[in-house]
Amino acid sequence: MPTRPEPAAGAATVLDVADLRVHFELRGSFLGRLLGRDAGSVQAVDGVTLSLRHGEVLGLVGESGSGKTTLGRALLGLVRPTAGSVCYRGTDLAGLRQAQLRPLRQRIQMVFQDPGAALNPAMDIETAVGHPLRIHGLVRDRDELRDRVHDALRRVGLVPVERFASKYPAELSGGQQQRAVLARAIILGPELLVADEPVSMLDMSVRAKILELMLDLRRDLDLSCVYITHDLATAKFFCDRVAIMYLGRIVEIGPTERIFADPAHPYTRALLAAVPEPDPTRTLTRQLPRGEVPDGVDPPGGCSFHPRCPHAFAPCGWEGRDVRALLEQRWTALDEADYAAEQALFADLAELDVRGSRLRIRPAASRSAESIRALLEQVRVGDPDEPLWRGVRQVSVADGACVVDFVEGVDPNLGPVDEGAVACHLYDPAYR
Amino acid sequence: MVWAPIRSSRGLPRWLLGAGCTITLLFVVLAVFAPLIAPYDFDTFSADGQRFAQQAPPSAEHWFGTTVQALDVFSRVVFGARTALEVVVLSVAVSLLVGVPLGLVSGYFGRWLDRLLVLITDTVFSFPPLLLAIVLSFLLSGLLGGGVAPAALAITVVYVPQYFRVVRNTTFSAKEASYVEAARAIGAGPLTVITRYLFSNVVQSVPVIATLNAADAILTLAGLGFLGYGIQPTEAAEWGYDIQRAIADAGAGIWWTGLFPGLAIVLLVTGLTLVGEGLNETLNPTLRRRRLLPVTLPTRDTDAGGSR
Repeated sequence: MPTRPEPAAGAATVLDVADLRVHFELRGSFLGRLLGRDAGSVQAVDGVTLSLRHGEVLGLVGESGSGKTTLGRALLGLVRPTAGSVCYRGTDLAGLRQAQLRPLRQRIQMVFQDPGAALNPAMDIETAVGHPLRIHGLVRDRDELRDRVHDALRRVGLVPVERFASKYPAELSGGQQQRAVLARAIILGPELLVADEPVSMLDMSVRAKILELMLDLRRDLDLSCVYITHDLATAKFFCDRVAIMYLGRIVEIGPTERIFADPAHPYTRALLAAVPEPDPTRTLTRQLPRGEVPDGVDPPGGCSFHPRCPHAFAPCGWEGRDVRALLEQRWTALDEADYAAEQALFADLAELDVRGSRLRIRPAASRSAESIRALLEQVRVGDPDEPLWRGVRQVSVADGACVVDFVEGVDPNLGPVDEGAVACHLYDPAYR
Repeated sequence: MVWAPIRSSRGLPRWLLGAGCTITLLFVVLAVFAPLIAPYDFDTFSADGQRFAQQAPPSAEHWFGTTVQALDVFSRVVFGARTALEVVVLSVAVSLLVGVPLGLVSGYFGRWLDRLLVLITDTVFSFPPLLLAIVLSFLLSGLLGGGVAPAALAITVVYVPQYFRVVRNTTFSAKEASYVEAARAIGAGPLTVITRYLFSNVVQSVPVIATLNAADAILTLAGLGFLGYGIQPTEAAEWGYDIQRAIADAGAGIWWTGLFPGLAIVLLVTGLTLVGEGLNETLNPTLRRRRLLPVTLPTRDTDAGGSR
């Protein structure tokens, strides 16, 4: 197995991404669209800043819906950023029109997740791999095209070339298709390769071969790579640096060794803990994040990981929704009579879904605000270690409603830790 | 690629295709070699200086009898095939040339262009096809003069929306495919994406509609002729017109003037429909059942090194 080549120290920056945002407008309901009502937007990429040095492999790691694929597509100008810039060697791709982007495509190429879908089913391999050359007018005649295509096919290991050149994508295996996609990507001699989960659709046995091929190509062709994946194991194998993404943001970035040996962000720790341990005798207590990835349309306030974070504390952005989630969590464990009695205290549970540091809970018609306060107190006593209570300043009764005051939430910024950066209040000197 | 499913078809679809192609080919032969096959021209009412008998029953001399105008019915049926196929080929070709590119462009670019085109074609859809064809045929024959072209173009306008709709909808879903994004990623412009990546994946359903529309076009043409808005009787033989002239004969027990053109229409429409249905059965992936084909293993090849 080849070892990773070290990136040249002090190499020039290839790609510079600054505060990149990609928001997708939601279509909303029919009536809403008719009335021109704003249905909101998904913040797929929400303020990402990173840079890629020449010859480096940067991994973008995250769960489904973390925005890693959208970020990758934005790097190629395949989706238009809402704000921010993507500078490739000084040219901002975000501001360019499609026609102006096309010449730059010779320098930045992409490898797709599903190799079967990324190849035109009606085009044979030779035509498909050679098409970039024809589009950019880089070959003079058929013979030159043929030679360069065959070179590329040989380079990615589709040999004997004659056997594969005339095949259609459907006639190849997944690994062979991905080799063809790689051949198409390298035939223009790009400097930057964005690989979007290039091995996740492949069989285990083929994965290692494709990754080795990519390492070979990287070394021989002097490529810089952005490697997008949800698979930490391949990221560890392939990347020099890793950026962990959560809900459209980078929560931690740093050298691969440091991230894996000493993860800083609670989310990174949770991701690493979720990697299955092959040794059954070692039963480690896993702190897997609770709950699911929140809705990207309306992400949690403050740090968007705080509802799932075991280490969350006062400034992480606690709000009404978290109180509702806590109550609903409690109710799943109660029997029906108790559940009905407790739920009947509230006028409207949807009132709890408000942003901001002050939550007013109105009691139902015949109930008192004091009984809600008592319920919350009971919950707190029942589980004083629940991180939510660290963010609650006080619970009081005012104007016939129960009022919960939270500590004002603060959005964590990427701050430096030793080797890399992390967006977490635990590492912010202001809260130490 | 395209022929493989047709070649590998078996059972009912193959039978449908075979029967349809045979009938259609028969009419194509009739149309192409009409002057050789038909004993007389379509407007000949005399030979060797002698007028034909009017409304003569089928005989050795006039196989299908003669009409009230003393025209040979057999010759008119044969030349009618020529007219029908000319109109069908012209109308299908023009509808394809207009409908498919419009559908591709509309589906790929979307936005206001798509809305506009959909609105226009939906408007065309909402007219009864025959009525639209009559109006257009009327207008076009004023512009273009007589002949096959106005009738063919009138029919074209009726069918363009169908191709447009089918191609637009398939383009709409095909453009989300990964290979279209991949094409953009390698630097392909919209024209390249449409012609090299979308076209071949979108036109699969077009042959089916084209053959079914061809059958429909025969009926529309006959309808136009029957109502007297089609091709003028002095210009070409036309089955619809012949049937219209035969209405009066039917009451008098003269069956041959109406039967043979009518049979020709039924046969050709059936033939084209069979081709269409057969193609649909073989090409449409939702209907197609893949068959297990017998596999012959090659003899052991000792010098083949590549095992990848």
